[in-house]
Amino acid sequence: MTPEARPPRSGGHALPVAAVVLAILALWYLAALLGNWSGAADALVRAGAAPEAGAVAAATMAQERPVVPAPHQIAQELARSLFGLPVTSKRSLAYHASVTLSATLVGFGIGTALGLVLAVGIVHLRSVERSLMPWVVASQTVPILAVAPIVIVALGAAGLTGLLPKAVIAAYLCFFPVTVGMVKGLTSPDRMLADLMRTYSAGRRQTLWRLRLPAALPDLFAALKIAVAASLVGTIVGELPTGAQAGLGARLLAGSYYGQTVQIWAALVVAAALSALLVAAVSLAEAGMARLTGGRPSGAGAR
Amino acid sequence: MSPSRAAALRIAPQAPAPAAAPGETAVSARDLSLTYETADGPVFALSGIDLTVARGEFVSFIGPSGCGKTTFLRCVADLERPTGGSLAVNGIGAGAARLRRDYGFVFQAPALYPWRTVERNVALPLEIFGVPRAERRERVARYLDLVHLSGFGRKFPWQLSGGMQQRASIARALCFEPKLLLMDEPFGALDEIVRDHLNAQLLGLWRETGKTVLFVTHSIAEAVYLSGRVVVMSPRPGRIIDIVDCAALGRERPLEIRETPEFLALAHRVRDGLRAGNAYDA
Repeated sequence: MTPEARPPRSGGHALPVAAVVLAILALWYLAALLGNWSGAADALVRAGAAPEAGAVAAATMAQERPVVPAPHQIAQELARSLFGLPVTSKRSLAYHASVTLSATLVGFGIGTALGLVLAVGIVHLRSVERSLMPWVVASQTVPILAVAPIVIVALGAAGLTGLLPKAVIAAYLCFFPVTVGMVKGLTSPDRMLADLMRTYSAGRRQTLWRLRLPAALPDLFAALKIAVAASLVGTIVGELPTGAQAGLGARLLAGSYYGQTVQIWAALVVAAALSALLVAAVSLAEAGMARLTGGRPSGAGAR
Repeated sequence: MSPSRAAALRIAPQAPAPAAAPGETAVSARDLSLTYETADGPVFALSGIDLTVARGEFVSFIGPSGCGKTTFLRCVADLERPTGGSLAVNGIGAGAARLRRDYGFVFQAPALYPWRTVERNVALPLEIFGVPRAERRERVARYLDLVHLSGFGRKFPWQLSGGMQQRASIARALCFEPKLLLMDEPFGALDEIVRDHLNAQLLGLWRETGKTVLFVTHSIAEAVYLSGRVVVMSPRPGRIIDIVDCAALGRERPLEIRETPEFLALAHRVRDGLRAGNAYDA
């Protein structure tokens, strides 16, 4: 392939990415204009001004409690609450994000560990698969919103409050993709590679460590990306029902109590950004692992 | 190439084993049979196999698909359980021989672990057997040199050609110095040129190390060129129909030997055997 034939690395992608971002912003402004129109017109009338189209349009972009906040309003709120306040302040979004992040990470750790143990058990012991798998599947059919208050109340009665109950809910959501992904990964090595271990009369433990686990890494990382995002969702859900004092979920709830739509949206944007960062971190770890293991994380083919 | 091989052998602590001493058997099968029970009734994969392979022999198994040649090899390796008869490997049962790590197995595909470098692939059995790190490194270097892969140890399998990958898998089967080498169509997926080259190398390796080799193949030329004896098998049920002695070709065999009348006569006999075994198929 000649160098000219190759598309430029970033230049080739910048245009479509920018076009999509611009289109989303344009749609958003349109939604803000339409969604806030009647409210803005009413407010102008109440204030005794004539509801002229130009004045109403301008007002839709600058309401204190808009139905749909305009992007720049959210950006201003983010700038104010992320950087304009000390991180330790109860009004700082950075503070709330860090509270949610710590519970997410603890929950992710617990859920991943649980998922790994379950997967290894399921792969090695028929009885574990038979006895536990139905419960594992059933656990995911129960709406998390119904389970979360129960967990918080039950753990609270046992004297556990704060981070741990939220982490438990996060773990509840994130162990499942890890279990399913790992079971697939651990059983992925083909027959020949397994036969090879048998010719070495390798035990189960040796086979697990030297064949099954490394073969499962690509599937594990795919599962971890889902799990880490699910863990964040679980934490936020865990912050909703009990009037938690801090965290993005508490911030969302407070915002909705007081009709602070800009605050809700700012918290949502931070949650989305946090989720993207966590997934990116897992991807980075995956890339590092791929480099260590030959740069072709394509499962355990025999060839 | 040959100076490096000589150097490798000088490092080797064990002298090349002598050719088969009489009375020492590597593999001994008596009336061996294996029947699979399937929904459509029993499938006779092997029946009435009588065969004795002496230590240091190179024996090939040839026959059409389904004739049981691979199944027999897998029985020797204790990857399949025979349903009748007796089978001894190095004087003990096949299962005990496997637990004693008596044999190295080379599969149809290289079966290298894609996440390990070539040298770590070769080191895999040594790691499992608990060989100390320093000795591991020394043996890996020695056996990579033996299959002419020195300098490729740090590569990952996908960076190597198919022939090189299969050579790496042979190094992996040899590095723990098993008495017996079981090879299941190891060169079947390779092109003719590479195959010739590897055949010559394998023969050299066999002469130098004195291992017993059981070699499954589809190719008549390969079987006759490599072997002391060629076992011709036929399917339904899998049985031995002829054993062709090729020792007359001697132990030193240049590739050109395949054009000599002696060689062609042996190949012809193998072909006749295959044809006779499959007469009812035609």
